[in-house]
Amino acid sequence: MTAAQSATCPVLTDGDAARITLAHGEGGKLSRKLIRGHMLPRLGNRWLQPLGDAAVLSVAAGRLAFSTDSFVVSPLFFPGGDIGSLAVFGTTNDLAVSGARPMWLSLSLIMEEGLPLSVLDQVLDSIAAAAHQVGVQIVAGDTKVVPRGAADGLFINTSGIGKLSEPAPLGPATLIPGDRILLTGPIAQHGMAVLAARESFAVEPPPRSDCGSLLPAVEALRSAAVPVKAMRDATRGGVAAVLHEWSDACGLTLSIDEASIPLSGEVRGLCEILGLDPLFVANEGTMLVAVGPDDVDQALAALRSESISAQSVCIGSVAARTISPVTIRRALGRAQPLDEPLAALLPRIC
Amino acid sequence: MKFVDEFRDPQHAATLLAAIRRSVSRRWTIMEVCGGQTHSLLRYGIEDELQDLVELVHGPGCPVCVTPVAAIEAALALATRPQTILASFGDMLRVPGSRKSLLQVRAAGGDVRIVYSPLDAIVLAQREPERQVVFFAVGFETTAPATALAVLQAARLELKNFSVLCSHVRVQPAMEQILLAPDCRVEGFLAAGHVCTVLGYESYEELVGRFRVPVVVTGFEPVDLLAGIHECIRQLESGQPAVANQYGRSARATGNPAARRMIDQVFAPRDRAWRGMGVIPGGGLELRPQWEQFDARRKFNLEDLAGCDVSDCPSGAVLAGRLRPPDCPHFGKSCTPEHPLGAPMVSAEGACAAYFRYRAAPVGQAEVHTS
Repeated sequence: MTAAQSATCPVLTDGDAARITLAHGEGGKLSRKLIRGHMLPRLGNRWLQPLGDAAVLSVAAGRLAFSTDSFVVSPLFFPGGDIGSLAVFGTTNDLAVSGARPMWLSLSLIMEEGLPLSVLDQVLDSIAAAAHQVGVQIVAGDTKVVPRGAADGLFINTSGIGKLSEPAPLGPATLIPGDRILLTGPIAQHGMAVLAARESFAVEPPPRSDCGSLLPAVEALRSAAVPVKAMRDATRGGVAAVLHEWSDACGLTLSIDEASIPLSGEVRGLCEILGLDPLFVANEGTMLVAVGPDDVDQALAALRSESISAQSVCIGSVAARTISPVTIRRALGRAQPLDEPLAALLPRIC
Repeated sequence: MKFVDEFRDPQHAATLLAAIRRSVSRRWTIMEVCGGQTHSLLRYGIEDELQDLVELVHGPGCPVCVTPVAAIEAALALATRPQTILASFGDMLRVPGSRKSLLQVRAAGGDVRIVYSPLDAIVLAQREPERQVVFFAVGFETTAPATALAVLQAARLELKNFSVLCSHVRVQPAMEQILLAPDCRVEGFLAAGHVCTVLGYESYEELVGRFRVPVVVTGFEPVDLLAGIHECIRQLESGQPAVANQYGRSARATGNPAARRMIDQVFAPRDRAWRGMGVIPGGGLELRPQWEQFDARRKFNLEDLAGCDVSDCPSGAVLAGRLRPPDCPHFGKSCTPEHPLGAPMVSAEGACAAYFRYRAAPVGQAEVHTS
């Protein structure tokens, strides 16, 4: 493949540009300058502004959901998103599919010495925009700088707290034969977008990450009063990993139909070339939803009313357990076992 | 998607299945040569569908599986050498040598990089002039032209820090070896369509003449495979074996002349040990003497590095079609993709991996509701 720089990738070769140094992480004047000059103007709110040791939050009655995730994506910028938007949507999506409305987020940045400040600014802008979109407040933060070579540019951890909206989904253990499995959009967009950007694959158009907030989709289901049995964003391990988790939880077999699964042309083409199965590739704004057979139409109508889940479809159903936890019906009509993601996907030789 | 969807068309597949059913007078034994074909046959349930009509024997066409332990040991040694980068196709990383895999060596600090093309390794060598970059060249005649191109480019760029650990293999000598075995049961071949795209298929005339077996050039999609099997059975039933091409959208009789020229310019055939199958006369490619400065074995004095084959794994019998993966005593027990005893359980093209993935539990015509 020939090199083709992604248009969204910032130029990192400006030798004289301001860069993160180890001093930015020492807690002294430079640290303060970094926080006051770059972070607070973008992320500041009444909790973060005082720069205390801890944010003090008031909680009304009810249950809370709490989740954490770390983001180490390379490259930092890719078509459809960047590490900043990913860090916000990743954690808030975990809250949303648990049935919670994201309220507060912590943000930890581990920066590699030499990271251009302009790149940091761009990531912070993206974090601010994503947080605004979700309606979540960043109430606690930390920055560390590690020597050159000890990290890959920038690592981010976010932890989030959300308020559970009752009734919360019952969970995959409550699935019964006949339940249906819905999918909210084309799969494998994120994994292939990052792979194509990292390896500079010259594919036109390049695959675009689905990185986005699933909260509107979850809220649409709630407003329509759809009794949701289970929801899960299909991140690492892809759709196949979620199906296996659910099958484990309920002890039944989940069967899907390959022809029903939405797939963009560019992702399909790239997967065909590399010998990768899109069902095993990561998504960052696509989820699986399980509902009873009578609720399918209502659920699909609600999901399709939001842009993040506009291409929602029913891809399969739950049945009594056969020997295989997950099966897939492929082109010729036979159901075959769909195995569990094992390790990193490695492209084939020929 | 053009060139894919029409070859996965259920209607067309059903027509071919019916035609195969009509034309069979006894259960024939056909070998599909390439591991990619094996995976398709199992992935789409074609083997189950044809069970009573044809015995499909899975051939040796999995480049990762046939790469000998000694070559992997050489790669492992290079990966741990200071100031050295070993560049490899991804599929090779999990394959066990005598004790370790490249993935394990990488975790322990070895510099192993996944590349998608040998030309990526050239770029790597240009970018890191202080380090030696070795490309682990595995694969059949499908990947050999790209390796040849990389060597020619390295020569043009006068790169001093690029070399090739050449383990390319040739498919036709292996087919001959299989036919020469006294217990050979193979009555017809589905030849690997992509190899024929490069080399053409004229050279199979000699094989057909000598052994009286049909050789049908076949692709990798379900309709391709069914068409190949149908043609092979037609020939077997009529008793008139020949070379036939069912992969016309890609393979031509004379192949790709530019790619063939490049292979000839850079490589010469030589005898080569295949993992599990022993030495196959003319079964490998080596760099011609004029390119020896790019030969990693010579450059790093690796000729004598040998490793022992994993004795518990009967991969040779699997690769030669004498043992079906599920009949192996280790299959799914002491040998799984997570803990493979041999390469056929690891590779995306390995026959054991195909059975493990798609046949762990045959489920037949389960009903799937999507509304």
